[in-house]
Amino acid sequence: MSLATYILRRVLLIVPTLFGVSLLTFALSRIVPGDPARLAAGAQATPEMYEQIRREFGLDDPVPVQYWNYLSGLFQGDWGRSILSRRPVLEDLAVYWPATFELVLFAMLIAVLLGVPLGILAAVRADRPADQVSRIVALLGVSLPAFWLAILFQIFFGLRLGWLPVSGRLASLAEAPPTLTGLYTVDSLLSGQWATLGDSVRQLLLPAITLSFPAMATIMRFTRATLLETLGQDYVRTARAKGATERQVVTRHALRNALIPTVTMVGLSFGWAMGGSVLVETVFDWPGLGLYATKSALSLDFMPIMGIALLYGLVFSVINILVDVTYGALDPRVSRA
Amino acid sequence: MSAEGAIPTLVRAAPEVSRRSFLGLGERQRRALRQFRQSPLSMVGLAIIGVLLAIAVAGPFFVPYPDDVSGALNIKERLEAPSAQHLFGTDQAGRDVFTRVIAGARVSLVAGLVVIVLAFTVGTLLGAIAGFFGGRLGEGIMRATDIFLTIPDLILAMAFAAALGPGLFNVMIAVSLVWWPGYCRLARANVVALRDSQFAEAAQSIGASRGRVLFTHILPNAFPTILVKASMDIGFAVLTTAALGFIGLGTQPPTPDWGVMIADGRNYLREAWWFSTFPGIAILLTVLAFNLLGDGLRDVMDPRARRRF
Repeated sequence: MSLATYILRRVLLIVPTLFGVSLLTFALSRIVPGDPARLAAGAQATPEMYEQIRREFGLDDPVPVQYWNYLSGLFQGDWGRSILSRRPVLEDLAVYWPATFELVLFAMLIAVLLGVPLGILAAVRADRPADQVSRIVALLGVSLPAFWLAILFQIFFGLRLGWLPVSGRLASLAEAPPTLTGLYTVDSLLSGQWATLGDSVRQLLLPAITLSFPAMATIMRFTRATLLETLGQDYVRTARAKGATERQVVTRHALRNALIPTVTMVGLSFGWAMGGSVLVETVFDWPGLGLYATKSALSLDFMPIMGIALLYGLVFSVINILVDVTYGALDPRVSRA
Repeated sequence: MSAEGAIPTLVRAAPEVSRRSFLGLGERQRRALRQFRQSPLSMVGLAIIGVLLAIAVAGPFFVPYPDDVSGALNIKERLEAPSAQHLFGTDQAGRDVFTRVIAGARVSLVAGLVVIVLAFTVGTLLGAIAGFFGGRLGEGIMRATDIFLTIPDLILAMAFAAALGPGLFNVMIAVSLVWWPGYCRLARANVVALRDSQFAEAAQSIGASRGRVLFTHILPNAFPTILVKASMDIGFAVLTTAALGFIGLGTQPPTPDWGVMIADGRNYLREAWWFSTFPGIAILLTVLAFNLLGDGLRDVMDPRARRRF
């Protein structure tokens, strides 16, 4: 199968999955015990206002009709309206997604830049003190509650030491850079606003480090395991036998092969970090999809949650395809069956 | 040597293998136990779990301030720093944080265990059916797991929890609904791998029904890896239910829930660091302990898998 056909087939397979996601979240939104229209109308609403809101959100149609309207709307760019923000969900998603993407991207950068070298170190010094330390760090990394770690960072680095800001994407009076990508760091870099760049990086640091922890731990231990496995292969023994130095053996012979499975792990961790960002965004008041999801869930505003689930489903599926394609490109033994 | 001489040797060898110690353990189990005990980290995990279980069962009877478990108010003693009277300090209502952390162990462990038992049962059953019978039903089950696994689990759990309404019971249902697909996939993979094995074929050839082959021959052999996953997941289930409580979609006050306590403490970060810190340590220890236990069990039950830590 050619690469193009393979990618096309995988992309087409996303459609039924997303259809299922829409059905699942729609079904969920209909079993909500509270009445969203009542919530939106508020306690002082007159019966007329209440009826108008029901009509406005299409809540007085039969349920199958509501689903059909929702589904056909999805294809026309109408993802429903948020009762809370009173704006179309798609507009909200466009505003909040870049913030989440920036946060997850930075967290993954930290996780890979620290996790891979530390994993190599742990493998090269397997079962020696450095490896034991990395084992404990990894255990803590996956066991620490992200929302609690976030609070500890706020207390220590924000309030006690006063080094880093504890909430938001920008300092309170700073102006956002002109929107090019929606990523404040990239936008301020491209438009040469150095003060804003410094500010947005400082704002990013604590949430990104918090979010990177579990991913870093997983990538580190995974790199260690695959590198150790590769170091036991015959061709590594051959390299040693012909007199290659240990550094050459690790960097030229073993590492290249060992890092291929790590690509998969990085892709998976990216997906997990998107889920984990919900808690980190909530604590750091980071205006991304996670905070949007939390606020919507708390006010039983289901249209945004359905939109977020679809968007995450789409992103997750695309990441999976990217990972598989990259893996195939790096390792010719993998078939695209 | 004659043929007659060889047979008694074989007969004598047999009891050697299945000899039981006074604890009723066979040679294999004893070897596994010894292996588990040789891993210090696994033993640490087991010890922490033992303490946690004891606290969960007996804790509420021994706490220093039993009235603080639920909604007592001692405004005069609010936000006091840790001291001899209040080991972990007091919260915004003047309640003893130590008492509430101890009482929270029962809530958390019950939630973690119930979630895993539900997810394990539903997931394994559906996975076994999908793997053994296959066909359209199996295909349908697996496509359903795809849908669930495409949405980040916390977002989906939030959606379920919001839809079901607040409260401990609903949170447990919400998290189990999100977690069964993981067990379903693992169970299916194991059952498919064992379906065509010789012992399954042998059972079928002597007239065992398909259900009997699945439930008494295949599933018991598929269990070890699933159990290892379950033992690790209990900690993560505690973490997820606490996270939902933290967000405000889980257990409601005044039930002593670690996640809710951390959320309450967030409003007093400047003046009362202890308020959020101690319930967090409790969650950390719980997740850590089940991770260590799971890793130890994996070494024993699933020797081919590579260690995670």
